[in-house]
Amino acid sequence: MRMKSYLLGSLLLLPLFFSCEVLAPQEPEEYELLDGPVEDLTMAEAKRFIKGDVAFNDQIFTVETGLGPIFTGTSCVSCHAGDGKGHPFVKFTRFGQSFPGVNEYLKQGGPQLQNRAIPGYEPETLPPGAAHTDLIAPIVTGLGFLDAVRDQDLIDMSDPDDLDGDGISGRVHWNTRPDYVSDRPETISKDGKYITRFGKKGKMYDLLHQTADAYNQDIGITSYFEPYDTYSGDKMPSEIDRQTISDVVFYLKTLKAPIPRDQDDPDVMAGKALFGDIQCAACHKPTLSTGYSPIEAISYKEFHPYTDLLLHDMGPELDDGYTEGYAHSYEWKTPPLWGIGLAKDSQGGQYFLLHDGRANSIEEAILYHGGEAENSKNLYRGLSQIEKDQVLKFIESL
Amino acid sequence: MKISTLNFLKTNLIIIALFCFGLVNAQEEDPEKSKEKNEQELNMDAVFSRPTLSFDKVPVTVGGYLEANTMHRTEEGITDGLSFQARRLTIFMAASISERIKFLTEIEFEDGGKEVAIEFAALDVAFHPLFNFRGGIVMNPIGAFNENHDGPKWEFVERPDVAVNMLAATLSNAGFGMYGKTYSGNWIFGYEAYLTNGFSSRIISNEEDKTYLPAHKDGDNLFEDNFSGKAMFSGKLAIKNRKIGEIGISYMGGTYNKFEDDGEEVEDQAKVDVFAIDWNTTIKATGTYIVGEAAWIWAETPDTYTQQYGNKQRGVFMDIVQPVYKNKIFEWEDATFNVAARFDYVDWNVGRFKETNTKIGDQILAVTPGISFRPTPKTVFRINYRYEWKTDILNNPAERAATWYMGFSSYF
Repeated sequence: MRMKSYLLGSLLLLPLFFSCEVLAPQEPEEYELLDGPVEDLTMAEAKRFIKGDVAFNDQIFTVETGLGPIFTGTSCVSCHAGDGKGHPFVKFTRFGQSFPGVNEYLKQGGPQLQNRAIPGYEPETLPPGAAHTDLIAPIVTGLGFLDAVRDQDLIDMSDPDDLDGDGISGRVHWNTRPDYVSDRPETISKDGKYITRFGKKGKMYDLLHQTADAYNQDIGITSYFEPYDTYSGDKMPSEIDRQTISDVVFYLKTLKAPIPRDQDDPDVMAGKALFGDIQCAACHKPTLSTGYSPIEAISYKEFHPYTDLLLHDMGPELDDGYTEGYAHSYEWKTPPLWGIGLAKDSQGGQYFLLHDGRANSIEEAILYHGGEAENSKNLYRGLSQIEKDQVLKFIESL
Repeated sequence: MKISTLNFLKTNLIIIALFCFGLVNAQEEDPEKSKEKNEQELNMDAVFSRPTLSFDKVPVTVGGYLEANTMHRTEEGITDGLSFQARRLTIFMAASISERIKFLTEIEFEDGGKEVAIEFAALDVAFHPLFNFRGGIVMNPIGAFNENHDGPKWEFVERPDVAVNMLAATLSNAGFGMYGKTYSGNWIFGYEAYLTNGFSSRIISNEEDKTYLPAHKDGDNLFEDNFSGKAMFSGKLAIKNRKIGEIGISYMGGTYNKFEDDGEEVEDQAKVDVFAIDWNTTIKATGTYIVGEAAWIWAETPDTYTQQYGNKQRGVFMDIVQPVYKNKIFEWEDATFNVAARFDYVDWNVGRFKETNTKIGDQILAVTPGISFRPTPKTVFRINYRYEWKTDILNNPAERAATWYMGFSSYF
């Protein structure tokens, strides 16, 4: 009798073994997350994606592994939690350039202020009178698609002299680039300059340029590509290998594009129509397409980033007096709006929008627009409250 | 401290030889005697309060424990499947060198022997119940768990977060000090005080990207070099009433950075202070056993460093164990089934961001219900289900994880 009880008791434990998955937290829906690879990667590409993922999200730099000595963050993920937008805690300052051309403060630590230092070192301080701006990191998903847009497509969208008279005069950023980057397919150059497209002012040519620069300027890591120590200015041995940087670049190229949500919601649909009506879509272009890419999954694809990757005059309120490359201080590259509704999930549950996180809501960000966007902003102001809510709901759905 | 494979083999040979020599006459400690002894013991006595085998003609006792389990973890819907873990094999050996001089060592083999660590190796000299000398590799007396961490004593496969991932259990360092106890009626009072090697700068520069005391254990020559050159003090006061329970307060702290190099000051001196309260009691009416500890850490970091590495941490754990069935099962007298629950909480970065005045995250909260079966007090079979919520430094939505454990831990 007693033996039967023990056996019965043991059998009662069996359901536990089959409930592992039932009681476990369920996987979030794909559209709720920014991270994850593009569809249709080959198995070899998927493996490389994971290697890059580990380097980007898990590799923390310490004093022993080369952090600093002056820096702004300790890892890639410290500025791009969940591959999302940065938080003011890790905002960084660039300084030393007021006009298109060359930064005059390169010998005084420019262009980036490394405002933190490992123990025993002093961080940089802003030189008195230097032009500067604060920046927070952008969402990094879908960058491979943006990287694969043909130069000619950007030129075709630009209208530097506003020949069509719509008040929008976006222009491509012709800028110099470092020797270590390679031409993208069908790249176009003019007078030794190339069309650059990454960064808030669009000064970076491609994702290798962006990544190697970020390791160096943000974390203080020297590499084959950027061998100069930000503290001493001396050429140093690499603190990260080329393969790791290459894997991170591949990871950034193959992160999926953010997936829009609630697209069948009537308010979202109405907001989308209004978004076009008030000319937001003149710069925040809904649809772009890629040219050839060696990664088949992003080659010749249509995608929906809500940007034109061009520089626009954004008016005096967003003019911090600082610039980069050959942009003017009042010019900013149109930031992609995709993923903006998920931005607060990487910003501690609160929006910090625009280049420095000064706007705490999407509406606040709209109202900061000026310059070429002044007309759109005024059209937005003229909408009824219901219509404004629809526009905001649409933007949040991206 | 990591020891070489050669030393590992030598250690095993010695242990096997001792086993062979004493096998015929090996005797277990009398359980009745040990129950009586338990009532007079404090948490700090755990290191000597273990079932051991003694040998008639040898002044040596030998023991140890083994822990193994299965684990199935699911994090945000993604799982790596089932794994089997033999977490640790620990061997301890004690010797009475003379009437008042004892030696005890505890050697732990983890990860199938890839990691071998001396957790404790100390010589104790008894001068008076209130004054005993202890020197060698000592366990710093912080909280409830560090000195009382044997797997078979706990109903949970995982060790408490606050103890392991905040206070660096099991933490031992080279040093010496004294301890003692006194009794008065139902009251027992005990103390411990040691000077040992201290922490290193790894606690504020590590791959956890947070102020993390356990990172100190990854350093080299821990039992030979003192990173800061300054002794760390650790001490504990404990008081127990046999009818109520025990409470202990403990502290450890000191300089953790190498602020001088070759006589030159290279950094400002930085200190870490750790304070803990621990408690345990058994409610006589129900047999409910409650044990827990709460801890706080203050670590000085330069203002110009990064808030990624916090200045203040806090954490707590509490276990509640309720025996629900006690009877003879098979040939085991007093075999016991328990239901148990653990609460874990650690905040590795208490404070607010300078930039936004919003709360810094970097926390974990976990609840772990479980059931255990003890055929004898020395062996426990346990099934645990741990559900945790972990937030990153920015306080983004918590990552949820659930883990099933089934395993055993047994003295031998």
